[in-house]
Amino acid sequence: MANKQVNAVIIGAGAGGGIVAKELATAGLLVVLLERGKWQTYNDHDNDELISQRTSALKCPFGPDNEKYRRVVPDGKGGWRIVLPNDWAYGNNAGCVGGGTLSYGAMAWRFMPEDFAMKTTYGTVEGSTLVDWPLSYDDLEPFYEKAEYEIGVSGDHTLNPFAPPQNKHYPMPPFPYNREGKMLEPAARKLGLHPFPIPMLRNSVFYNGRPPCIHMRTCIGYACPVNAKAGSQNTVIPVALKTGNCQVKSECKVSEIIVDEKGRARGINYFDQQDNPKTQAADLVVVCASATETARLLLNSKSVLFPDGAGNNNGWVGHNLQDHAYCGAVGLFEEEVYDDAGPGACIAVNDFNHHNAEIVGGGLLANEFIRQPYLFSGIRPPGNARWGKEHKDFQREYFKKHISVVGPIQEMPVFENQVAIDPSVRDYWGIPVLRVSGFRHPKDFEGCNFLASKAEQWLKETGAHTTWKVIPGQRAGAGQHQAGTCRMGNDPKTSVTNRYGQLHEIDNLFIADGSLHVTNGGFNPALTIMALSYWVSDFIKKEWKGTRFK
Amino acid sequence: MKAYTRRDFVRISAACTGSLLLVPGCRSKRGRWFFFTDEEALQMGAIVECLIPTDDFPGAKEADVINFMDKQLVGYYRRHQNTYRVGLTRFNESCMQRYGKNFNELDEEKKNIFLKLLEENKLDGESWKEFSSAEFFNLVLDHTMQGFYGSPRHGGNKDYISYRMLQLDYPLIIGRNKY
Repeated sequence: MANKQVNAVIIGAGAGGGIVAKELATAGLLVVLLERGKWQTYNDHDNDELISQRTSALKCPFGPDNEKYRRVVPDGKGGWRIVLPNDWAYGNNAGCVGGGTLSYGAMAWRFMPEDFAMKTTYGTVEGSTLVDWPLSYDDLEPFYEKAEYEIGVSGDHTLNPFAPPQNKHYPMPPFPYNREGKMLEPAARKLGLHPFPIPMLRNSVFYNGRPPCIHMRTCIGYACPVNAKAGSQNTVIPVALKTGNCQVKSECKVSEIIVDEKGRARGINYFDQQDNPKTQAADLVVVCASATETARLLLNSKSVLFPDGAGNNNGWVGHNLQDHAYCGAVGLFEEEVYDDAGPGACIAVNDFNHHNAEIVGGGLLANEFIRQPYLFSGIRPPGNARWGKEHKDFQREYFKKHISVVGPIQEMPVFENQVAIDPSVRDYWGIPVLRVSGFRHPKDFEGCNFLASKAEQWLKETGAHTTWKVIPGQRAGAGQHQAGTCRMGNDPKTSVTNRYGQLHEIDNLFIADGSLHVTNGGFNPALTIMALSYWVSDFIKKEWKGTRFK
Repeated sequence: MKAYTRRDFVRISAACTGSLLLVPGCRSKRGRWFFFTDEEALQMGAIVECLIPTDDFPGAKEADVINFMDKQLVGYYRRHQNTYRVGLTRFNESCMQRYGKNFNELDEEKKNIFLKLLEENKLDGESWKEFSSAEFFNLVLDHTMQGFYGSPRHGGNKDYISYRMLQLDYPLIIGRNKY
């Protein structure tokens, strides 16, 4: 039986899609929310380091699964090799209802005004497609606030002198520091820095019918046993379902967007839970599948007017792939610093996010989430043996006596860093898969060296007897912070959507996820993806006229 | 026809159940392993014991890291079967070529020297043609760490050996104890 035509079909139930579903359903639109993964809860998995979304040595517990998904990356010898979702090079984002927000670290950063105006602030950067966003911080401010209240953020922006202007306080008080935080705080002050508790999408008190955090060791990479961590699956999606206007279809894999000969989106084709091909007709389509998968879907949606993929007549879909160049330092201490209070990350500074001499942009610095034993086996000072007695002695001596301070350097967008469709490799359903390729811009490494040396300084001031820097590799990543592949802009020649996430060339096709990001800030992007989704939804609701779009 | 008494039935049942319990001790026709041959397991045991040696705390061999590898190689790590099988053959050839002995028969110092050469791709000869010795070494090293530091449910870290070594308490609070 054919599916009933709906007003909107939304692809991807992550940070973006859950919000769009809730906004449109409460506005009275009939909505279908499709998600390739399952509904999952804490009880579906153990607190197992080898099956966590963070280390995923054996598999990714929250998807995508190794049996059915593939990607292709350069093999370093001029050819290509196939990688599985639990391989670092794949660049996966969790595939389940809630997407990454079910198992993320839940930092709740607003980008700063400069992050939306990088070209105005820093000028042209050679070899980079660095431009300003087509919207400003002020445009997005009310939507940040909406995300902070509807999803739920704990923090206190008044403790951060670099925090952008914020109309309302966060709905919940900040978290106290753990032992690391208590050590790092006075040291930062001595260095003239301005430390403060990290704002978190995690309940510090009872809020929205969910209890406060119980400080699990296994927080990031896992679902929360008490639902203190706020994701779309336990906030906006239940609200959407309650309206009666929204249907969530999990384990449905969308293969293409149907675009008719007049250049309008008519709906989508997908494979249902039993892998049968199905069609869902809709008045409008909103793609929220993450920067990699959204681009893949557009590129795989070929039609008469769009032979190279939906909205890709200018050839910009999939380009400008960005992530974050994570860098920082590790410090070793005489005394124990580990107190088993999860998730670990609790203190940050924004002193280095902008206006640093000689680098473009910058990034926040924060103490790292708890390192578990297997992850820690890979943390060694340069020159230390990776195995043997030296390995074991180090592991035993320093597991509880080290602190790691890290930060995401805002990457310079590079046109050649991209996801494209591989000509031959297909996934389980026969859908062509992505090739991920590119190299980080040289400026990124200037930023990394700068920020890592600041991290090292902070650790030394805290009392570390040994410190070393950690700098990422050359290859462009597409990690959980992936962004930029369908950038928004005012010029249809050099962007994919307008400032409302609406495709320049297909007016009933929208995007609401990290692919819109023109630049990716020096911050974890979840809250910005959420704010943008409210912004895009707001535009759709205003443009929605009765029973038809426009 | 002999009439079975209740007592006979119990005795026969016990005998059957008893022998059934013995079956898991012999997992496959080849020996006690799912993937490894006994000879491969012997060499692999010697390798992992060098990677995480025994001191006042048990090392990788006693933590059953081989069991972890063996179990994963017919499960999640099925795709690495070839690297292990070919890699171990090349490993034995290289060792025989250099020392005229099997790896497990070398003294501690020679074992460590040989592994270092393996790690740094410095073994001479024609042996490593399918992939480099470092590729094999890195895979084995990574799996050794997973087997030793990962959850015991995957076959390694026997009796939570590594967690005890790191004094990482097994959390007793309900809701925090599914490690």
